[in-house]
Amino acid sequence: MIMENVIETKNLQNESYKDVVLVMRDEHQSAEEKDRASKISHIIAMTFTYIFLAVLAVIMVFPFYWMIITSLKSGTEIKQLVPTFWPMTMRWDNYARAFAQLNFLVLMRNTLIVGIFSTLGTLLTTIFAAFAFARLDFKGKDFIFTLLLGTMMIPGEMMVISNYISVSLLGMTGGTNVIGAYGAMILPFMISVFYIYLLRQTFRQIPNELYLAAKVDGKSDWEFLWKVMVPLAKPTLTTILILKLMGSWNAYVWPQLIATGNPDLYLITVGLRETFSTAGDLDAYGAQMAATVIVTVPLLLVFIFCRKYIMRGVSRAGIKG
Amino acid sequence: MESKNNWKAWLYLAPALILLSVFTFFPIINTVIVSFTKDYDVIDASFSGFTFDNYIDILTPIHNANGNDGTAFESVMLIGLPNTLLLTFITVPISIILSLIIAICLNSIKFFKKIFQTIFFMPYVTNAIAIGMVFSVIFDTKYGLMNFLFGTPGFPWIYQNLTTGATVNYWSALFAICFYIIWHSLPYKILIFLGGLQNIDAQYYDAAKIDGAGRFKTALRVTVPLLSPQILYIMITSFIGAFKEYNSVIGLFGASGGSFDKTTGPRTMQTIVFYIYEKMGENGAGGAGLASAAAVVLFIIIMAFTIVQRKVSKSRVHY
Repeated sequence: MIMENVIETKNLQNESYKDVVLVMRDEHQSAEEKDRASKISHIIAMTFTYIFLAVLAVIMVFPFYWMIITSLKSGTEIKQLVPTFWPMTMRWDNYARAFAQLNFLVLMRNTLIVGIFSTLGTLLTTIFAAFAFARLDFKGKDFIFTLLLGTMMIPGEMMVISNYISVSLLGMTGGTNVIGAYGAMILPFMISVFYIYLLRQTFRQIPNELYLAAKVDGKSDWEFLWKVMVPLAKPTLTTILILKLMGSWNAYVWPQLIATGNPDLYLITVGLRETFSTAGDLDAYGAQMAATVIVTVPLLLVFIFCRKYIMRGVSRAGIKG
Repeated sequence: MESKNNWKAWLYLAPALILLSVFTFFPIINTVIVSFTKDYDVIDASFSGFTFDNYIDILTPIHNANGNDGTAFESVMLIGLPNTLLLTFITVPISIILSLIIAICLNSIKFFKKIFQTIFFMPYVTNAIAIGMVFSVIFDTKYGLMNFLFGTPGFPWIYQNLTTGATVNYWSALFAICFYIIWHSLPYKILIFLGGLQNIDAQYYDAAKIDGAGRFKTALRVTVPLLSPQILYIMITSFIGAFKEYNSVIGLFGASGGSFDKTTGPRTMQTIVFYIYEKMGENGAGGAGLASAAAVVLFIIIMAFTIVQRKVSKSRVHY
């Protein structure tokens, strides 16, 4: 009561209704001042945020920029003590040299064969397994599912050694057995526990009523899977398809072990590293960077056009449940 | 009907389970067995008895009947392990903190959000080998951009200066590769953190505002605790990833893993995984045994770290 009176009087003195809002004075600032101060601090904070993000964005993009301009520079321009930030003359012939040195068609053929078959294989095994885990009942379901998830914790190097021994024993590595080598590069990558997990989550979101309705209509599990579940899970399957193809494009360790000694079996990344293995050879830098552009650009194009699918798939991993 | 469903389910699982048995379950067991064999030959899977020698060779400099000359010990314990640990403990904390700050900034802005998001995600969709080669051009000794920016012409960041013969200081090479690894590992973390930030209820921020908490305090006391599930997830996955660093070394230093001045640190940037692949590729007798033993040691290290992290973080993670 007393307080109110004080305010009341104060208000009358100032003859301004606005000051009623200013019941509480804080740090000797009026509300208007306070408001302005917080606005200013907001603007300052935002300015710093944008500057910070812009600087980091430049650092993020810079390697791509440097790769592209170096790929268009001549050997003498690369050797200038003061680097140029734009090619003086566009040397497109670096790309011709890169394509020739890379044996591009062979690399492309191998990458496509391995990529397409391992992707199709993965999609099939993933769809079947995810369906079993999401819809069917069987003994030991939880145990097997936990076992599968457990393998994700084990470093791949544990498996690579034995798998290498196995395919060596079967004569699938190295030079002569081409079909065997393709098999060795494809078969181990026709399965992915992570994608089974991802697709199972999607399948489980499909309402059970649909399944029961299909049962009433006399549809078999098989028909239900292909006519209802797979079409409904298309976004997730697209994500798997894209990530898997990108994985084949970037695969290095295993294909390199398998193809050792036979350049006709190199995948694109192996070919890139093996062709330009001598470090510090400046005359080759132009062609070398052209080759890295050739390997990087398809990935960036896929990213630009399929951003939604890629980011969804990647971020899904971090959501618990 | 139950039993009918039962065998059908196994039929659906069969392709996945067969492939997993052949390429995952069997290899894990087999690798452990091979790690205890003497003179394992990859060509015909022959070996001459079981032994602990592979582990002794790797973990100790003791000379033994296996003809250990200390090279395995040097490669794993004096080069591989220090490199792996340094790379892990430098790149993981820095990249987590940096990506967290970037994610918070990205979440707070209104304009150009999509563009920034796209730019910060770009390094994720690149080829580690290809971009590693780009970084090696940027860090080039004679004409690299880094030497121009720092005003240090001819400084051997990652490659020896062939004209003056100046050797590479280990720490400059470490800087270069850490820079590259952090650059390459930010996008994934930013994406996960952004996803987590978008799920945080705005009422927490309103409450913080009413309590008069500043921006920094809000980030530290509200955002970070609420993001703790994502932070734990990222911590565990990036520690595992960092322990297995390999492609970045190959990309930046080439197949040899670099060559540095011995007095400044390990003489190459070879990691434990690097050693595993190197030994595996040697088609002679015994290489597979050493590689397997190193893989088992790496597995134990990773397991131990994961368990400790889970234990320590249990009390700190808010679900």
